[in-house]
Amino acid sequence: MRRLPNALFFVLLAILATGLVGGLGARTTIETLGRAFNDSRFVSLPWIVLPVIGLLERHGLKERAAAIIGRMQGATTGRLLLAYLAFRQLSAALGLVSIAGQAQTVRPILAPMAEAASGSDDPAIRETIRAHAAAADNIGLFFGEDIFLAIASILLIRAFLADNGIALEPIALSVRAIPTAILAFVIHGARLLWLDRKLKR
Amino acid sequence: MITLKALYMVAGLMFWAFALLSAADRLNPKRMGNALFWGLLGTSFVVGDRLGDFGNGLLVVALALVGGLNLPGRGRPATTSEAERTALAARLGNRLFIPALVIPAFALAGTLLGKQLIIAGQPLLEAKQVTLISLGFGVLVALGIGMAWLRPAPLTPLQEGRRIMDQVGWAAVLPQLLAALGATFTAVGFGQAVGEILSAVLPLGSPFAATAAYCVGMALLTMALGNAFAAFPVMTAAIGLPLVIHAHGGNPAVVAAIGMLAGFCGTLMTPMAANFNIVPAALLELKDRLAVVKVQAPTAMLLLIGNIALMYWLAF
Repeated sequence: MRRLPNALFFVLLAILATGLVGGLGARTTIETLGRAFNDSRFVSLPWIVLPVIGLLERHGLKERAAAIIGRMQGATTGRLLLAYLAFRQLSAALGLVSIAGQAQTVRPILAPMAEAASGSDDPAIRETIRAHAAAADNIGLFFGEDIFLAIASILLIRAFLADNGIALEPIALSVRAIPTAILAFVIHGARLLWLDRKLKR
Repeated sequence: MITLKALYMVAGLMFWAFALLSAADRLNPKRMGNALFWGLLGTSFVVGDRLGDFGNGLLVVALALVGGLNLPGRGRPATTSEAERTALAARLGNRLFIPALVIPAFALAGTLLGKQLIIAGQPLLEAKQVTLISLGFGVLVALGIGMAWLRPAPLTPLQEGRRIMDQVGWAAVLPQLLAALGATFTAVGFGQAVGEILSAVLPLGSPFAATAAYCVGMALLTMALGNAFAAFPVMTAAIGLPLVIHAHGGNPAVVAAIGMLAGFCGTLMTPMAANFNIVPAALLELKDRLAVVKVQAPTAMLLLIGNIALMYWLAF
């Protein structure tokens, strides 16, 4: 069975087409591609957790996570993900962005717990719940980290404004991220509790 | 001083090990595709700094072709059954969480204390990367604990790691390739062109219209580029700075901070932000690769409207 080329192939085509149409020339296009890939290797570093996570999964980590939630009184999918959202936002606001993540927390612990809390065996529902677990991690991270002073985005904003003659302290920027952080928690939190109502039916 | 390079070496050796184990996996008919894919990625991590930009570029083209044309298959190394795992979970209990929690504990300790570790007048860890380096140490310590306690065969962690890695497959390098696409867009001035077009066609006479255009523009350009950091300088130079801040007198701290967060709403809605949206779908074995984006979209849309309102309210 031959499958069609996937997104990796088309992104490569897009890079080559952009470079060539944009007038970079073949060699510079390849060099730009090589340098950017090499400089962004840190994005792929979290994969080094896989051998540990795999070893623990082999010995029942996911099943254990599910069993704990199954015994907890009043634990629901929505409330569990709401608690995780709060934890992720608060820890990211303190600069602790690497203490959780999709490979190290969501797949082996959060997603099995959220699935177990629903008590549902329907594969479609379980897929939606797993997607919600990933979403809670992303939303918590994005709308928590900008409250931290030394995070990359705050430093980028500050450098850009300084280049344009506006000098600001990091704290002046990071306090402005707080209203959006609260709003994100309210909006997504309400959706998670709404998810519980949908799961009950 | 320990820098990120040491960790790249560890990651590279792991990918090379995945490549060798894949090559020996007789149950996978596409094993040579897997070996080539993880082998090339490992090469980038181990010797990427010595290949030069052109050499790295050729390596990435090869990697994207091998992965993009689906030459790798999915390795399925032997593992425990579901029943065995349930029994093991009951026997081993909550101690199973200890190695998993060692990793964030090290990241936490490293972030808080890492900069104070000084040996012979030299900082032990590269200051800018303490968290990632500590995370790497945490992984090695967690692996040591797991090996000493569970006593698996020596290759078991690598085989189990390979199982998860093959589930992710080509999506694993998509984030880095998209970063390269972003760099190419920047090199040819794509973002600037988009910014100029947007500021030319949109009616931006009132503070509200300019605010809304800036926030929506941040979200849309972030969706196209996959990265709010790439969109921020472009949209802020095109609309945020000249119109919202200078022409209408908006508070620069509010405009810039909330503008970036409007971009983050875009990140939640695009497959181009692959490490947040596509990789988790692969990791969680979701049939619909866009499932995470779909779940996030309603929150992102509401929050984008909220950001426009907050910026308008707080900046003027």
